[in-house]
Amino acid sequence: MRPKRRIALSAAVWLVLGVAYFLIPLLATFLFSLRSIQTGKCCSLAAYHFVLHNGDFWHTLKVSFLLALETIAISLLLFVPSIYLVHLKLPRLRPVIAFFALIPFVVPPIVLVVGLLNIYRGTPSWFYDKPSGFLAAGYVILAFPYMFFSLDAGFRSIDVHTLTEASQSLGARWPTTLFKVILPNIRTAALAGSFLALAIVLGEFTIANLAQFHTFPIFLEYVNETQPYGAAALTGISFAITWAAMLSLLFIGRKRAAGSGSVIAGVR
Amino acid sequence: MAYLELQNLHRDFGTVKALDGIEIRLDQGEFLSLLGPSGCGKTTALRLVAGFDRPDAGAIVVDGKDITGVSPSKRDMGMVFQAYSLFPNMTAQQNVEFGLKVRGKSKTDRRTRVGELLELVGLGHAGDRYPHQLSGGMQQRVALARALAIEPRVLLLDEPLSALDAKVRVQLREEIRRIQLELGITTLYVTHDQEEALSISDHVAVMYGGKIEQMGSPAEMYSMPATPFVAEFIGTMNRLDSTVLDGGNGAVEHAGVTLTVEAARGRARGDRVLILVRPETVDLAPANGDGAANSFIGEVITQTFLGPVTRLKVVGGGASLIADVSTAKAATLPVGMRVVARLPAEGARLLELKDGPRPELHEEPAPAGR
Repeated sequence: MRPKRRIALSAAVWLVLGVAYFLIPLLATFLFSLRSIQTGKCCSLAAYHFVLHNGDFWHTLKVSFLLALETIAISLLLFVPSIYLVHLKLPRLRPVIAFFALIPFVVPPIVLVVGLLNIYRGTPSWFYDKPSGFLAAGYVILAFPYMFFSLDAGFRSIDVHTLTEASQSLGARWPTTLFKVILPNIRTAALAGSFLALAIVLGEFTIANLAQFHTFPIFLEYVNETQPYGAAALTGISFAITWAAMLSLLFIGRKRAAGSGSVIAGVR
Repeated sequence: MAYLELQNLHRDFGTVKALDGIEIRLDQGEFLSLLGPSGCGKTTALRLVAGFDRPDAGAIVVDGKDITGVSPSKRDMGMVFQAYSLFPNMTAQQNVEFGLKVRGKSKTDRRTRVGELLELVGLGHAGDRYPHQLSGGMQQRVALARALAIEPRVLLLDEPLSALDAKVRVQLREEIRRIQLELGITTLYVTHDQEEALSISDHVAVMYGGKIEQMGSPAEMYSMPATPFVAEFIGTMNRLDSTVLDGGNGAVEHAGVTLTVEAARGRARGDRVLILVRPETVDLAPANGDGAANSFIGEVITQTFLGPVTRLKVVGGGASLIADVSTAKAATLPVGMRVVARLPAEGARLLELKDGPRPELHEEPAPAGR
């Protein structure tokens, strides 16, 4: 008979403290969002009603989501082949790219946006005046470190050289090798990078505000100034969206692991 | 005309000459092993044939066509790698099917061929398993089936068994040979394991320092090594630096002892030669008196148990010899005993001794002295 596993008291205390640290603010925000807009007392869904029936909510959410998808698509198209090439042919460039990937962490967004506004001034209005142009370009830069380090970890976990050569010896050309052999084996890393990019775009305020674009975080800030209970409800909703994204990553990752094993299979 | 030709291939990596003008000619259906220590250039040669690297000079010709500049995806070379190279996101069946899919074969043809090949490598039951659900030996079998699926012009195997345990290695190498003979496929096999190379090849090419030291049948390589390096790399060899005393009767001198060696007949007096004697041809007996002709008297220094035989090291009078005797006989020749080591007059090989450093060779097995 197996002995019963007991959790040490100190471990249980730390676990409760850790959970409380994350859950109490969320719970407080949720309870705050349930207060009546008129009376300020519990419990009413008016704040959620206000948010969900606000045309700006859906509009800005759509803009930010499309921006996030565009950022993810551009980042993947740009970085997957580049990092693949670096791992395969130019491994000496990796530290250089890793250094550049840290720059968005070092340069504050407020400095970045001023630079971007200057650099892109004079570009066509379909780019400069549209979130899908100017903002997407900026967000690809912001997402670069997250995307790079996620993908880099993915490429490190597989034997890029052997898989590529095996594929080529079987007659596959570069696109087939990349999409059929390499990409499926770094899928989890690509998804991780994508959801981090999604989280950044859904939460980015400085660049959008200074460049005068109306995105979801701008709407969140506006509601926060005018409707405190609505802002709390909106915070809860944005948390739910982020969690849904993270859970889908977890779900896809687990499904992948159950189906085809660890991504490190095939390591030299 | 040979089916596969490697013509004067050169490949440098910085100041290191990985390949220094190697020449190989192989007929269709033949099995050649490139054998040598680490860094001798054998894998570089294989990668050049596969197209993963380009030679600095020379040409690779298959079936009369120069393929030196052809990309690896268009060469039709089946390759089995040293590392487990199955695509982790695909089942065994999908791995084998990959090359056929790339070639646009119909689904029916693909399924039939995949089924046949998995049966051929003894994995008909494991087609739906992913690589992580297969053992190392099974993964290499799938890799072999995958390489064979495309009906390659040449099968290339880069130390495919080195990551496997000894028993599986022996079993799988026999299967590789069986399949190669069954399909009649021209095969280039890279290994550093001499036993592996000798047991499955039609020809063996021993490489050292980017050059082919000698190429021949396994029997030739073992019994007639052309260079001191080959002599010691393939099997174990006693190397006796000697001086010719009388070319008329084949008398040579080593460590103060006169030996008669047939191979030394016709040599000029004073020539420096290397006498090569296999340990299994050295006869040992307890020393009673001054010893007989063609023999050394020495003391047993170590005994190393090797299974059916035991290896004895005998040192005496400035000479050092290794002799393999049956384990039963070795029990009568304990460490410390004075013995007579008799050398065969006819079985010894002779090589001209050239000046210059000797190549670094593999270590002898560590003696387990009794």
